[in-house]
Amino acid sequence: MTILETLKGAELGKLLKNGLSLDENRNGILARASETGHYDGIKTLTLKEKDPIKYERIFSKVRAGLVNSREVAKKIAASPIVEQEGELCFTLYNVAGDCIATSTGIIIHVGTMGAAIKYMIQNNWEINPGINEGDMFTNNDCQTGNVHPCDIATIIPVFFEGYLVAWVGGVTHVIDTGAVGPGSMSNGQIQRFGDGLQITCRKTGVNDTPLRDWLHESQRNVRTVKYWILDEKTRIAGTSMIREMVQETIADEGVEAWDVFAMEVIEDGRRGLTSRIKAMCIPGIVKTVAFVDVPYTHPDVAVPSPFAKLDSIMHAPCAITVKSDASWRLDFEGCSRWGWHTYNANPTAFTSGIWVMMTQSLVPTERVNDGCRYATQFRLPKGTWTNPDDRRTAHADAWHFLVSSWSSLWRGISRTYFGRGYLEEVNSGNSNPCNWLQGGGINQDGEIHAVNSFETAACGTGACAMKDGLNNAAAIWNPEGDMGDIEIWELAEPLLYLGRTQKTNSGGYGKWRGGNGFETLRMVHGSCDWTMFFMGNGYMNSDWGLMGGYPSATGYRFEAHNTGLVGPGGRIEAGKEIPLGEDLNPDDRLWENLLGPDAEVKRDKQCITTEAMFDNGDLYLNYLRGGPGFGDPLDRLHSGKQSIEEDLNENYILPEYAKKIYGVVYTQDAEGVYTVDSAKTTAAQEQIKKDRIKRSVPVKEWMKTERQNILDNKASPQVKQMYASSFALSEPFLNEFKTFWDLPAEYNLLESSLGIPTYGSTKTMDISEMPDCKPVIMTEE
Amino acid sequence: MSTYTKQEVKQLVDGTLAWDTVHQMISMPKDADRYKLYMEVIQEKLSYKHKVIMALGPHLNLAIRDGDEEIHAFCDCGKDFGHYKGNWKLNANIYVRDTAEKMDQVYPRLMAPDTTWQVYREYSCPDCGTMLDIEAPTPWYMCMHDVQPDLKTFFEWVGIPAPKKI
Ligand SMILES: [Zn+2]
Repeated sequence: MTILETLKGAELGKLLKNGLSLDENRNGILARASETGHYDGIKTLTLKEKDPIKYERIFSKVRAGLVNSREVAKKIAASPIVEQEGELCFTLYNVAGDCIATSTGIIIHVGTMGAAIKYMIQNNWEINPGINEGDMFTNNDCQTGNVHPCDIATIIPVFFEGYLVAWVGGVTHVIDTGAVGPGSMSNGQIQRFGDGLQITCRKTGVNDTPLRDWLHESQRNVRTVKYWILDEKTRIAGTSMIREMVQETIADEGVEAWDVFAMEVIEDGRRGLTSRIKAMCIPGIVKTVAFVDVPYTHPDVAVPSPFAKLDSIMHAPCAITVKSDASWRLDFEGCSRWGWHTYNANPTAFTSGIWVMMTQSLVPTERVNDGCRYATQFRLPKGTWTNPDDRRTAHADAWHFLVSSWSSLWRGISRTYFGRGYLEEVNSGNSNPCNWLQGGGINQDGEIHAVNSFETAACGTGACAMKDGLNNAAAIWNPEGDMGDIEIWELAEPLLYLGRTQKTNSGGYGKWRGGNGFETLRMVHGSCDWTMFFMGNGYMNSDWGLMGGYPSATGYRFEAHNTGLVGPGGRIEAGKEIPLGEDLNPDDRLWENLLGPDAEVKRDKQCITTEAMFDNGDLYLNYLRGGPGFGDPLDRLHSGKQSIEEDLNENYILPEYAKKIYGVVYTQDAEGVYTVDSAKTTAAQEQIKKDRIKRSVPVKEWMKTERQNILDNKASPQVKQMYASSFALSEPFLNEFKTFWDLPAEYNLLESSLGIPTYGSTKTMDISEMPDCKPVIMTEE
Repeated sequence: MSTYTKQEVKQLVDGTLAWDTVHQMISMPKDADRYKLYMEVIQEKLSYKHKVIMALGPHLNLAIRDGDEEIHAFCDCGKDFGHYKGNWKLNANIYVRDTAEKMDQVYPRLMAPDTTWQVYREYSCPDCGTMLDIEAPTPWYMCMHDVQPDLKTFFEWVGIPAPKKI
């Protein structure tokens, strides 16, 4: 017996009216696009120009159907991540897997589900396992374009009169995928093999019925089974509704019109982006960079393999070139290597995620579709964290690096908005939305459980060039910011709220300040065998501030065990004061005075940890970060709205730092109300300007001392690791570095010289080396 | 397409524009003459004679230098930060917060970066002390050359004759 690649009786070219296989059809589109610069070679928008009302009518039906289906389907889910935070999204694709339109929600999945469809097309799924009406496919494979394993996509084909006419995808962010660490974006695991269940475009249903083997297998591989089941029902319901809507629309408008529309709409989207770039940006080059700390030598980071035990730094430089034809190119030459942690990203996650951000500034319309991608060139060098060249990489918290690098892009492109006067669009770059409170064990209902608090969806936003950032408002990855209701989180997690308040002093200072984040103090309650961990930035911060504004505050960790709060004789029973949620100045360590004598407190900068054991009565501080500031702080208004006085009275800033940064002079009345003395403040600010001149040195002078530090190899191991990994991957970056610092021609810094583990730096194996596997590549490498 | 008065653009720059109008600016297609009005508003606030053509920050602009018509970056106080094709930062003053004590002046210690990972580089004007930009990179990092405009294309886009010496 021989093993056949094709199912018996299956034939290529039966799905489309034109007789081409799906792969041939898609290759034709790509060839025409690269030849003409227009999607599918469409130079004239025939339908839109000849019958604009029909064109708009089809678009409106499709878009309304997508949004409506999402709202209805959302009600099926029980997971607060989906039901409260709206972490789901439905998208409609043409037969080539290019997005026509999408619902609201986590629209990064426009690209990720598109990549899964393209993978099925390119690998001839049409002859094995077959693509038929009523089929369901499930994908969450990070090597096939998914962001991280917890985003589960259900994808179904749409047929009309026997031919494939579209695809529909629905995605939800599930609470757990059975990774080594509990929670959807966990760490602890350092390779794909611990990163949770990964499903590669598997046929999981036929005749609109999920297959029993799939249900049994998937459900026993995750911790949170009830949520898993309801999430799948949510996706199936939503995609089915949309399929019906598309079939009705085609019946009403005619299949010929649909075929034209499904291609033209993408060319229309491409033109939409270029016209907006031309209207708002400055052509030329904008350079940005972002960094993230990966502090893995700390004892509270337990990893299975010794080669993961090192401190490192993610490096993401980007050159944004806005071209004269109003397309743009984003080149990430110089990025650091992928690593043995869960923050790696693949190119599709990177490129499609950009649109989540751009819909909040550059293309704030419902018309975002794959056309934007065709107006954008991405270059993500192979081997970097944005494009790993090894199939072992873990991705559970790819967002950690992704949002940090995007924050710098937002800051960079904002410089061009500002340059020509569109101040209302400027964003100093949002916060890195974290901490991620995660963990698991046995919950208050006695069930195996895992948690990932999506309070993170409401961090501080960056300052604008004409107003302050918003407090506890949004996250870069989901335009619909929402912290969720306390009552719902308490049902979902065995964690009581001892307090929830905005986080004083967490936003960056400036003429316009960054929005503050917020903090919630949680006490473990009713659980058994419970663990939790921290996931966020601590030793460094990925945002910078813009044009004189300060970066926002970095993170810190507070956890307390053996607190003496609960149980017989505990502080609660005794009616004594307990910590209630506002850690005003963390350096004061006031909560430590309100715990029992044997309490063990961890209060430090180690904001990435792995599972730690928590008993009932233990405390965990969830500190959600603030956003960066804009402009010289000395330009901030003294009183009135959005002023230093308001900052003091609303508790947005600690008085000590209002004095240090803004030079404010104030009085305080008996009720504690602050009044700023403007004349004295102005005088103090004049002195600050003189102090700045006195303590600073000319940049060219300082460069001599910094150059000597480089030649003397004076830097921490993690800083050296970052440069060495970027130098090894990028000669252009090394050359740029050498030129800037005027270093000798032979200068280099090798990873092998640093005395730290370098597994993965010399020999790797890419997914493309797997048998019978043609990965989808949509970027320059 | 929407249009706005010079007074409204001035209020936008000053941060005093009514929210309804700001909201309209955000939600409607962009107004084509914004650039022209913005340059007029900026120019009227300045005491120097150089003609402003692009904003790099609230107190830093590219302007056509009075006399030789070269395009340079100027602080509002008149300090010349050099030709626009170079990086103005190289002509600024810098203060690097590279110790915990220096960071204590900005944030509580637990909310400040660890300077073995990340430092703040504060670029200010050597003449007037205005804070022009703050970088937060690792030690050893190159000074970022943030914006390198293609002025020829830019003036085509805004439909205004380009300065002579671009
Ligand atoms: Zn100056």
